[in-house]
Amino acid sequence: MRKKIIATTSLAGCFGCHMSFLDIDERILDLIELVEFDKSPIDDIKKFTRECDIGLIEGGVCNSENVEVLKEFRRHCKVLVSFGECAIMGGLPALRNTVPIRECFEEAYLHGPSVEEANEEMILPNDEELPMILDKVYPCHEVVKIDYFLPGCPPRADLIWNTLYALVTGEEVKIPYEVIKYD
Amino acid sequence: MNEFITITIDDQEIKARPGEYIVAAARRNGIYIPTLCNMPGVHPAGSCRICTVYVNGRPMTSCTTPVAEGMEIETRSSDLEDFRRSVVELLFIEGNHFCPACEKSGNCELQALGYRLEMMAPRYPYQFPERDIDASWPKLIKDHNRCVLCKRCIRTILDEEGHHIFAFRYRGHNLQITIDPEYGKNLTDELAEKAAKNCPVGSLLYRGKHGFETPIGQRKYDKEPIGSDVEKLKKVKVS
Repeated sequence: MRKKIIATTSLAGCFGCHMSFLDIDERILDLIELVEFDKSPIDDIKKFTRECDIGLIEGGVCNSENVEVLKEFRRHCKVLVSFGECAIMGGLPALRNTVPIRECFEEAYLHGPSVEEANEEMILPNDEELPMILDKVYPCHEVVKIDYFLPGCPPRADLIWNTLYALVTGEEVKIPYEVIKYD
Repeated sequence: MNEFITITIDDQEIKARPGEYIVAAARRNGIYIPTLCNMPGVHPAGSCRICTVYVNGRPMTSCTTPVAEGMEIETRSSDLEDFRRSVVELLFIEGNHFCPACEKSGNCELQALGYRLEMMAPRYPYQFPERDIDASWPKLIKDHNRCVLCKRCIRTILDEEGHHIFAFRYRGHNLQITIDPEYGKNLTDELAEKAAKNCPVGSLLYRGKHGFETPIGQRKYDKEPIGSDVEKLKKVKVS
């Protein structure tokens, strides 16, 4: 049987979900028998080299680069999984959603206690190389179609393992109550 | 007149006391109907609709409907489960519920219902409404981001003379909980703690306690779903 190919990424996330992924401990040896990684921070492949079976998305969508990466994942992955609260509901980055974007920028670059004196020319970052920030942080499923959701902050390692195992082998897996949490 | 009447819940005949609400009769018999705004012993509000069941084929809120002889009640079916999940989803998208940053997480009834009903992600778009936090009271913090407007604080927090301390103000999507200024200033620790305890979510926080004191894994809904205590009654009875 051909090994399934997995791609992962972290958008507006903290990489905590990827750390939780590594918490599957020695099962990572079983995993590597079943799958190969393509574009992912785990093997540091930056660009898709082929079509993938499963894409894992950590983090919400906060800027134009996130939108592009997410759409690229949708194009290259048969199954797309949102893992973690940020991917599902925006998470802590989405705390800014109730504050106008200009206010956020001014606090971060002009009036915040740590920048007040450092930014004498009062510049808001405006280099065209920088991705454009969005008006709000969006959950991934409000931008592209997402097939499965793994809640948790971070999702428990057992939840990630059980889900991946089910997706890779096609076997039905019973997910215990304790591993589905929103925090 | 008989002391008990007979009703059928999920094809099971049970004895109920005349005048008691369906949800209470079911619970005494080990059948858990999910509720959020309801509190045992408190006059029901019927505001959250999560306890909806079919009574003789018609959807009714079981917390406000008294039992009647010969009622046939259905509490679980795939469309009821989906209906309940959709209500929980609406509550999640309607406010700003950041579970990872909430002191009530793990002990929150809204979250526990999400777990029990296996809500993985809401089907509706998040609203992210602009709401404030009222930290002006000496004993309480009132966070409108998390409020589900269940009226539990309004219904259960009264002074010795029976005056209400909490009330609703504004209308429609601006509706929010408010505290009487005089009572709020002089609120006793006992009442403030009770208000925080009765709040199903983390909207009312008592200043006398520290948040995040209970480690993850030992909180109320970490190991067992909400309603497990009710369902255990049944298991004991059967064996």
